[in-house]
Amino acid sequence: MSESKPGWKSIPIAGILLEPGSAMKYKTGSWRAFRPVIDEEKCIGCFLCWIYCPDGAVIREEKSVKINYDYCKGCGICANECPAKAITMVEEKR
Amino acid sequence: MSKVLGLTGDGAVAYAVKQCNVDVVAAYPITPQTLIVEEFSEYVHNGEVHTEFVCVESEHSAMSACIGASLTGARVFTATASQGLALMHEMLYIASTLRCPIVMGVVNRTLSAPINIHCDHSDMMGSRDCGWIQVFVENAQEAYDWVIQAFRIAEDPDVLLPVAVNLDGFILSHSLEGVRVLDDEEAEKFVSTRKPVLTIDPDKPITVGAICFTDFYFETKRQHVDAMDNSPKTISKVNDEFAELTGRRYGFIDTYEMEDAEAAIICLGSTAGTAMAVAKSMRAKGKKVGVIKPWVYRPFPTEQIIKAVENLKALAVLDRACSVGAPYGPLCSDVIAALYREGIKLNLFNVIYGLGGRDIRPTDIEAIFNEALEVAKTGVIKEPLKFVGVRE
Amino acid sequence: MLLVIASETQISVRIQDFGHFLGKVIFPIGIENRLISDESEVVLEEIRLLIEIRWHGRGGQGVVTASRLLAHAALLDGKYVQAFPEFGPERRGAPVIGYTRISDEPIMIHSHIYNPDIVVVVDPTVMSSVDVTEGLVEDGIVVANAEESPDSLKDRLGIERAKVYTVDAKRIALDILKRPIYNTAMLGALIKASPLVTLESISKVVMERFPGTIGEKNVAVIKRAYEEAKGIE
Repeated sequence: MSESKPGWKSIPIAGILLEPGSAMKYKTGSWRAFRPVIDEEKCIGCFLCWIYCPDGAVIREEKSVKINYDYCKGCGICANECPAKAITMVEEKR
Repeated sequence: MSKVLGLTGDGAVAYAVKQCNVDVVAAYPITPQTLIVEEFSEYVHNGEVHTEFVCVESEHSAMSACIGASLTGARVFTATASQGLALMHEMLYIASTLRCPIVMGVVNRTLSAPINIHCDHSDMMGSRDCGWIQVFVENAQEAYDWVIQAFRIAEDPDVLLPVAVNLDGFILSHSLEGVRVLDDEEAEKFVSTRKPVLTIDPDKPITVGAICFTDFYFETKRQHVDAMDNSPKTISKVNDEFAELTGRRYGFIDTYEMEDAEAAIICLGSTAGTAMAVAKSMRAKGKKVGVIKPWVYRPFPTEQIIKAVENLKALAVLDRACSVGAPYGPLCSDVIAALYREGIKLNLFNVIYGLGGRDIRPTDIEAIFNEALEVAKTGVIKEPLKFVGVRE
Repeated sequence: MLLVIASETQISVRIQDFGHFLGKVIFPIGIENRLISDESEVVLEEIRLLIEIRWHGRGGQGVVTASRLLAHAALLDGKYVQAFPEFGPERRGAPVIGYTRISDEPIMIHSHIYNPDIVVVVDPTVMSSVDVTEGLVEDGIVVANAEESPDSLKDRLGIERAKVYTVDAKRIALDILKRPIYNTAMLGALIKASPLVTLESISKVVMERFPGTIGEKNVAVIKRAYEEAKGIE
């Protein structure tokens, strides 16, 4: 339960978060059941995956891309959109 | 030196806003609020104010724009009525819980259907739990005076809540009366400028309106309640300063001949004036009647009402709105709850009147007083909830 | 019956002198679902010091403007006022009603006016479709825009005790304004019938509302109507 969390008298008013960018602390990578894996050989550098990723978890590099697994939820949109079929969704084994 | 101007109720609101150094007005016109928007946009057009006037496509957008503007630290005003307030409904809650000190003129008009442009309090009563401070006024002078005070109350760091100033549609909004107004400098000095606590600012980012699930929503709402609970202190302080400046004393309730009254009427808005006029003439005939007029409806003036009814034997609670399916109208439910909470047993009955602008006549008021006097004498309440002025 | 009296002490004298205010029962008769009997003796204290005026005309003729100009002038004279239209959307040409209340004391009452002391008929044609004397107090005044004499109008309206004043506002308006706008002429006639406000005050507010030539012409209209209005007891 919420007993360890601060009470209404000590939190900022109106549900305001005073620290900018605090969503970074919330690593959603653990939600993943499948992880996208890039085949750099097949990658044509079109960056459609980078455009389509709803979580900003595809990091654009010079010729290809990298996945930020801290935030990738494994939705598979990147693999679906990739015209070169360069992204494979691989089952997570934890 | 103050002067007296002939102003409609709406005109009085627009004039007050003109003097309050308002940064942003976002509004959508709707009868009978229209005169406020028309007259204020004229002030903007003539360069009499520095206000950014945002023309929006709906009341939902009006309130949304007001919230955004208020979060930047701006002083914000809007006005609406009836369906407009209903369309704003979801945004009203956001404005109050995000602690945006917006001031809004609500020109009370009934809700459809059937479509009708005339006065009753269904609009504000339908949104009475939106967490705004709510004030009801009796005439154009009170409309002017409360709008000026509203900015001070809303923006006080101990409060930070939006304030709705309610005035009866047409009865006040379109009725011209003499209004004693402050000089521009006096008004400006009284309202000063807003000193915001937390604002959205690209150089110092904060997050407003983030999702708040089971872990923090309740705490945020509890703070909102606390802000409302704190507001009486500020309201009284502002009332005191305003009285010092103008000689016009406001409070949570206004009372008329309540010291030794046996029977009384409690009601909101312009009806209270008619009730006082009738009480005056009945007093001349030796009938001990009085009137209670809550100026402030939220926070509900429990303490003040309890004190006012101390020597009373019977009370008629007049509601210009009905809460269909509820045991009583909204004001009556609140009065009963307040009395019960203090363990006071007072014989009372509820009168629903004036829906859709049906006139409440002095004769109606007289009959209600007489019925209350009868209840005071016999202790018997024949009809706990009755409708006055409707054809059978 | 109407005086401009400022001091408190004189008010009682006034009430005595103008007894009908004391006897004035403001409650409407014959309205459905009335709550109390017709025998109600309650007279609003406030009403005694209060003059209630009803204006009849047609949408677009400045009926509401006239009701407000009168209120503005009374404000200048230090009175308390209310002026309001018969609430609702107004349509050009349709019969419209405006109201003015003037009092020496703050006006608390906010109900409609059911028993006016004075009725002003801005448009002569409304008399055929609207009962302009409805609810008029017994000793009230009718001020009408009419070519006919006050005697003739009084007969036609079938009223006994009320005073009747008439003025040919159409001719005055066409002479001076060159347009059939009668509201300011009727203000002049009203002030002749009952010195509710001074000519100076009404001229001042008309000039404020309509600066320049239009205002000057309307002031001329008011003055001429004031001179030409004729009345009978």
